[in-house]
Amino acid sequence: MAELISYEQVDISYKGQRIVHNISFSLHEGEIMGIVGESGSGKSSLLRAALNMLGRDGLVTRGDIYYKGLDLPDLSPAEMQKICGSEIGMIFQHAGGSFCPIRRVGDQLQEILEAHGSPDQQENEQLACELLTRFGFDNPKRIIESYPFELSGGMQQRVAVVAAMLLRPKLLLADEPTSALDVTVQKQVIEEMLLAREIFGTAIILVTHNMGVVQAMADKMLVMHQGETVEQGLTASIMKAPSSPYTKRLLSAMPKLRR
Amino acid sequence: MSEILRVEHLKKIFPDRDRGDLLAVNDVSFTLKAGEKLAIIGESGSGKTTVARLVTRLLETSSGRIYLDGEDIAHAKGTKLKEAYKKMQMVFQSPIESFDPRLTLGDGIMESLLNHGLEKEAALAECQKLLSLCGLSREFAHRYPHEVSGGQCQRAAIARALAIEPRLLILDEATSALDVTVQADILELLQHIQKERNMAYLFICHDIALVQDFCDRVIVMHKGRIVETGTPDEVIQSPKEAYTKKLIDSVL
Repeated sequence: MAELISYEQVDISYKGQRIVHNISFSLHEGEIMGIVGESGSGKSSLLRAALNMLGRDGLVTRGDIYYKGLDLPDLSPAEMQKICGSEIGMIFQHAGGSFCPIRRVGDQLQEILEAHGSPDQQENEQLACELLTRFGFDNPKRIIESYPFELSGGMQQRVAVVAAMLLRPKLLLADEPTSALDVTVQKQVIEEMLLAREIFGTAIILVTHNMGVVQAMADKMLVMHQGETVEQGLTASIMKAPSSPYTKRLLSAMPKLRR
Repeated sequence: MSEILRVEHLKKIFPDRDRGDLLAVNDVSFTLKAGEKLAIIGESGSGKTTVARLVTRLLETSSGRIYLDGEDIAHAKGTKLKEAYKKMQMVFQSPIESFDPRLTLGDGIMESLLNHGLEKEAALAECQKLLSLCGLSREFAHRYPHEVSGGQCQRAAIARALAIEPRLLILDEATSALDVTVQADILELLQHIQKERNMAYLFICHDIALVQDFCDRVIVMHKGRIVETGTPDEVIQSPKEAYTKKLIDSVL
């Protein structure tokens, strides 16, 4: 099977200061990769680099990020716009912040579909409702008619997953998608992302500081520390027998429930 | 063992004309013995933080009694409240926001010492002692909150809370915003201090696994009410309430 996305010896710098060094990994269709590390380890920058979202000061200074043969950091903004959303979707930590606060959820879902070439409003609404239903929302009409602030934080995050899946992207980038949520809601969002993979075969790169989330979702994982790879491999084997002292420290620091 | 805190039938109503009043804390009663570590767990919106804020008098209690070391402080003000703060102190979730950005950490810590009648020289010496107890070197006294990491700032916040030797520390999600390794360090520090000073902790937290290792007893809150209480192992290994079960099943 061909690789969907591959990072090859990627360096990222902000204002000339290198914060990510020599990161390589690749992902096949339908695979889930977890990237863990503490705050400041550079894990979010790694995701942002794929969509040229590093801002004015950030730059991929070495290496390539290939998506289906395209070198992402070299794409023009117009080329990136075509890929962003339809091929690669993204969810952030605070979904509430990624929705427009003064427009109804339905209109915003509508906008996504229109921007990518489906002008028929009724068809679009039906599509959005269908997807919401498939992702387990009991009353999709109510969601569509709500403003973002009328939904709880957990609900917003669940809708954000649906919004990201609306165009059926092949790859989903998720930056701390459950970190702001309660455990019970966290579980729902995880199940929703796993469902996205099951229905659409979407591959997911998941950035989090929560080892539990990685354990519950990811096939493979990469541990980052101060911008460099400490360890990478299959989630199950790293969790069972971490080889680096840093990973061991991370795992032992994680509180575990004795049931 | 003597009681440090007794809360009886505590209620807090937030008035809301449009949607009807919100009963955030509904008939909550519990006791905390000297030297005991009691956790309150629950989801956001369950009322656990409101309980902490009522006990520390940051919010006005609607009804009920709060006895701190035998004294009812439910509506304490002025000198009486100041006396109460000698016995209890609070540590918040966001350490950086809990310090005055214009003061150095040292000045922030010394402020409470000076307020409680220490001379400047003595306060400075005490401040250095507290910093080292909390694992920070002397030079941190001269740093500003934005110049240190979240973990270091939380250590300073704990140092400040310990300054006037309280007998009860109320920790509201004190480690939730920290990385796991930093969280482990802070918890170790709290264990160490607790043993050294035989302090009681009221530990507000949403991480059940953490509570299991850290606390002696746990209260589960849901929609403003206490739904279950017991030792962490009792509650986690054989939960009685459906809500507690759901909470535990959600832990990864």
